[in-house]
Amino acid sequence: MSVATPEAPVSAGATPRAQKKRGPDRRPGLSRKLPYLLLAPAILLELLIHIIPMLVGIWMSFVKLTKFFIANWSAAPWAGLGNYQVAVDFDNAVGEGLLKSFGVTIAFSVITLALSWALGMAAAVALQPAFKGRSIVRTLFLVPYALPAYAGILTWNFMLQRDTGAVNHVLVDNLGLTSDRPFWLIGGNALISLITVAVWKLWTFAFLTLMAGLQSIPNDVYEAASVDGAGLVRQWRHITLPSLRPVNLVLVLVLFLWTFSDFNTPYVLFGTGQPPAGDLITFHIYNASFLTWNFGSGAAMSVLLLIFLMIVTGAYLIVTGRRSRRA
Amino acid sequence: MRLRSLVAAAAVSALGISLAACGGSDSGDSSGGNGGGDATLTYWASNQGTSLDNDKQVLTPVLEKFTQETGVKVNLEVIGWNDLQTRIQTAITSGQAPDVVNIGNTWAASLQATEAFLPFDGEAMDAIGGKDKFVPTALATGGKEGTDPTSVPLYGLAYGLYYNKAMFQQAGLQPPKTWEEMVAAAKKLTNPAKNQWGMALAAGSYTENVHFAFINAAQNKSEWFDADGKPTFTSDGNVQGVLRYLDLMQKDKVANPSNAQYDNGTKAVNDFATKKVAMVINQNNANSSIVANGMKPGEYGVVPFPAPAGGEQVASHVAGINLSIFKNTKNKDAALKFVKYMTDAPTQTTLGKPFASLPVLKDAKPAFTSDAAEAAIFSDIYNTKSKPLPLVPAEDQYESTVGKAMNAMFAKIATGGTVTADEVKAALKTAEDQVAASS
Repeated sequence: MSVATPEAPVSAGATPRAQKKRGPDRRPGLSRKLPYLLLAPAILLELLIHIIPMLVGIWMSFVKLTKFFIANWSAAPWAGLGNYQVAVDFDNAVGEGLLKSFGVTIAFSVITLALSWALGMAAAVALQPAFKGRSIVRTLFLVPYALPAYAGILTWNFMLQRDTGAVNHVLVDNLGLTSDRPFWLIGGNALISLITVAVWKLWTFAFLTLMAGLQSIPNDVYEAASVDGAGLVRQWRHITLPSLRPVNLVLVLVLFLWTFSDFNTPYVLFGTGQPPAGDLITFHIYNASFLTWNFGSGAAMSVLLLIFLMIVTGAYLIVTGRRSRRA
Repeated sequence: MRLRSLVAAAAVSALGISLAACGGSDSGDSSGGNGGGDATLTYWASNQGTSLDNDKQVLTPVLEKFTQETGVKVNLEVIGWNDLQTRIQTAITSGQAPDVVNIGNTWAASLQATEAFLPFDGEAMDAIGGKDKFVPTALATGGKEGTDPTSVPLYGLAYGLYYNKAMFQQAGLQPPKTWEEMVAAAKKLTNPAKNQWGMALAAGSYTENVHFAFINAAQNKSEWFDADGKPTFTSDGNVQGVLRYLDLMQKDKVANPSNAQYDNGTKAVNDFATKKVAMVINQNNANSSIVANGMKPGEYGVVPFPAPAGGEQVASHVAGINLSIFKNTKNKDAALKFVKYMTDAPTQTTLGKPFASLPVLKDAKPAFTSDAAEAAIFSDIYNTKSKPLPLVPAEDQYESTVGKAMNAMFAKIATGGTVTADEVKAALKTAEDQVAASS
């Protein structure tokens, strides 16, 4: 659903506040209009690409857009809050399914975010000092980021097959860790697999961003700290982390929004046989819309997701902004 | 202030454009009339052969012959099964639809409910050669009972139980006639230590799973919807039917737990063709995969998928592909001519072999195999032992909810859990509630 684009909440929440400074306006007619004329194409495109589909999505969430009406969807009957009521009625199968999927997505998102950040940070710090072959290692780390997502995830699908996959071959045949071959793509392990693949895909972005952030910290700060007797851990806690704060604020938010609205990873990894333990919310909404032909209900779920993400983003920006001002 | 009015003006005009565009969907000229030489039809074919390219190669000469006979050109697009339903949904929503489209016949009643397709009423039915030319059970899949169908059968398919002749002979077994005999034979031919299994199941494919939920329940004389089209998923016959099928992996242990990851029928067929399993239940178009994987035609036999002793003799649902015309076609007459051509005897014979399909015409002989016994068995299953899946608008929801519930239950069994009759009932209740909530 177009409503749930990850960009939307960012722009909605991050609107800069202070833009009110206006000097006395003495420009003649044309040059006063010129900025608007120049802005017009961008505004028009923004309308066409984001705003209008979003409005249509919101409208869809208030109508009964089932298979009986999709051929003439502008005539779909009004459903009022009906689609929303079904989505949040957790005693009902649809609401219960959405709630479960929400829980899975929260777990997935938080763990993936934490692991990606930790790995990215570790690698960025480890590769900070110059050594021979550093650029080769850096390039290698970026491979998952450069690879088309589809190809990478499909390869994971092959590797995670129970009988023929490379993962079980190593774990069971080579290392002999268990005698029973575990399933990775169905049952409870599906979430572990999903997180592994998502981290594999995402951590290099964290690495790249943090590495760029590290470059901006002057080296003499470390030298001074080292002279004062601060060890590596203390240097990291008291110099690196505070200096990377602005980078981290954005990085954590972006990673959260990406993981929360990840569709490709479950879609390609599990195909049509997706297990309940890997039922991420965007994929759940896709199924609710397209498999059961209930686009009104799917749109209502998308709007709920959008509202949730906007609240989380807004709260995050307020809390972190307050702390920044205090610091 | 000025900026705000500019934005508002742009929004209003853009909205107007998009509404006008969607209004176009029902402004199509459905009066037809253009069946003459200069018409061009767009035809979306589903993937039937070994690849999309293979389909094109098979269909192109057939379509060229149609152009020679009628002067009507056909633009062909072959679409894979994973994309077909979404493409049809998009076509219905946007009004940018082809003239003629292949559909899975189980979708017929659901697609009919959209009212985007041309009903084959008396006149249209006569134009394509009359309803009497079709096998009645096949034609029955075309739409809801008691309505003019919005699709007509094109390729027929039916499930059969394929068995490995040599393995049966070595074990001193006869081809099974009842469910009990099938399970006994499968147990005898299972040896997990040697990775040898009695049966292969596409236990991770929700479409395959729902077919077997349906067939097993039908053998219990049980229905999934009542006369009003309301779901009756939790009836005893349905629960027991589903459990009987799950038990092939759970209680009887004649299927490899790995099968829970098989998300399409081909993987199970490949296990059969490479002799890892002694039996597989699949539709008759499995033949090409079996042979492509190295098994010779004489090495396997086919019998109807058996019912338990005393059960109803339902061995398959009426499977296959139907042909529909979009209502807003500008070439109604040409489209009807095309449907007539595709469902006439010579075309059916030409396409029967490459697409391994059963004829949907009365008295036609199957061309998909040179084995007369196999052809006779599949024809008998298709014509006398098949029952159409529920012909109700919610059929698509039935497929996805019940099928996915079975995926999850197989996954639980495969990963060491057990599924009781009560749990099957609870899962079917959830599926039923999902269908009720969204219809």
